[in-house]
Amino acid sequence: MTTTYIEVADVAKRFTLRHNRSLKELAVAAIRGKNLSDTFLALDGVSFDVTEGESVALLGFNGSGKSTLLKCISGVLTPDAGSIRTRGRVAGLIEVGAGFHPDLTGRENVYLNGAILGMSKEQIDARFDEIVAFSEIERFIDTEVKFYSSGMFLRLAFAVAVHSDPEVFLVDEILAVGDEPFQRKCLDRIKQLKGEGRTLVIVSHDLDMVARLCERGILLERGKMVVDGVATDVVARMRGEG
Amino acid sequence: MPLSVPGQGRGLLDVLDRRYLLSLIVRKELRVRYRGSVLGMAWSYVKPAIQFAVYFLAMGIFLKLRDTVPDYAVYLFSGIVVMNFFAEGFSNATRSLVWNAPLINKIYLPRELFPVASLWVSAVHFLPQLVVLLLAAFIGGWRPNLAELGAGVLGFVIVALLALGLGLLFGAVNVFFRDAENFVDLITMVATWTSPVLYHWNLVYQEVPRWLWYVYQANPLTAAVELFHYAFWYGAAGRPAVLPGDMQTLPNHLWTVGGVALVVVLVIVIVGQLVFRRLEGRFAQEL
Repeated sequence: MTTTYIEVADVAKRFTLRHNRSLKELAVAAIRGKNLSDTFLALDGVSFDVTEGESVALLGFNGSGKSTLLKCISGVLTPDAGSIRTRGRVAGLIEVGAGFHPDLTGRENVYLNGAILGMSKEQIDARFDEIVAFSEIERFIDTEVKFYSSGMFLRLAFAVAVHSDPEVFLVDEILAVGDEPFQRKCLDRIKQLKGEGRTLVIVSHDLDMVARLCERGILLERGKMVVDGVATDVVARMRGEG
Repeated sequence: MPLSVPGQGRGLLDVLDRRYLLSLIVRKELRVRYRGSVLGMAWSYVKPAIQFAVYFLAMGIFLKLRDTVPDYAVYLFSGIVVMNFFAEGFSNATRSLVWNAPLINKIYLPRELFPVASLWVSAVHFLPQLVVLLLAAFIGGWRPNLAELGAGVLGFVIVALLALGLGLLFGAVNVFFRDAENFVDLITMVATWTSPVLYHWNLVYQEVPRWLWYVYQANPLTAAVELFHYAFWYGAAGRPAVLPGDMQTLPNHLWTVGGVALVVVLVIVIVGQLVFRRLEGRFAQEL
């Protein structure tokens, strides 16, 4: 029997675009009877299950709701309707480096970010050398992060994230990281995680890469789930070949 | 491992589970606060010291309050440290969510971590002030007994819980309406005057009707300030039965007032937590 790791049931998410809410604006709106808020549906009736060891690509063009869905799964956003349930620790490589602080050293940031991603002190201690080796910035680990180049910064952030050891990995745009050799290294690491039987959900616009990495693809179009099938087929369909 | 709903924690209880992260956030805040500053942590001594000197000159000497309140310096400082702790804890807890918006937007964490961390930071800043206070009291002849020390601890707990509860409440509202932080500044400004920090409680007692006196005493900050007076100033002033002008030294039923204050602040923490949980689902999209 396969265990479900992510269960998405009939999820909808509506965003309110509130234009302004100063007292003056509110008064003017009340007098003119103009509606100040405007909503749009970012996700609409999305349902699927992801089982243990599966790697799923969330596909779709800009504004289709992929990132919103990923944020709902990670718990950052709460769906307005439907339900999401996950099993174990879910960690996102969503915007790597969000928890980094420029005034702390690389070493301090590794600990802070590791803890933010849910690791204990012992876990970080144990993996510290591995993280630093992966990032290839040994020499600068005790330098404040504000002096890092953007590439160094992303390498370190990514290194922490891929060593955080969660049950479910949410990955948003992995290939935005570093130069080509480092990208290849990241990809290898993701493949290795996949080989270990981790559950992966990947969002990327690099269709060839996701088609190679994932067996299953879910296509979103303006918040609705259109196809749930074999990744290569979904990619072909997106390119208008299917 | 059971299936669970992401983004729905157990509130403040989750913060207890993530003590390690909390300690790192507190350390980060302290580091960042004093980055590039030569005096560093010494600033947390300098500011209250100057504030103290100004008040002492204006109130103690010019307005002659030290003629009625013996060891007025210690009296004044006992109250000021309470107010500083409250003001810093409350106002930073309120702003903590907006300050940490990049993190709240991207990664799920128990969001109570941020107000709690702010409170810890202000407790760290409270420590040097307490040291100065203890020193001044000791020089004045303060040799505390157990009851007085207990009063000090109770006073501290009351202020910490009050700042936490209000910080959760106003911090959550501040995500939606930034008016909250201005409102908080107003509260902390008025708070110094609605408790007997600069003057003696008897002045209020003599002037206001009885019901208003009860309202005045129901303020947890007033209870905390009076508990601090009892803890640090009473002993330093030689435990006088009456003050010059036949004023009673400490209000009656101090422990009862402290107990009531403790209940009040616990209710405020619960209300703050409930409102926070009600609103936190929308934090990420509003920030």
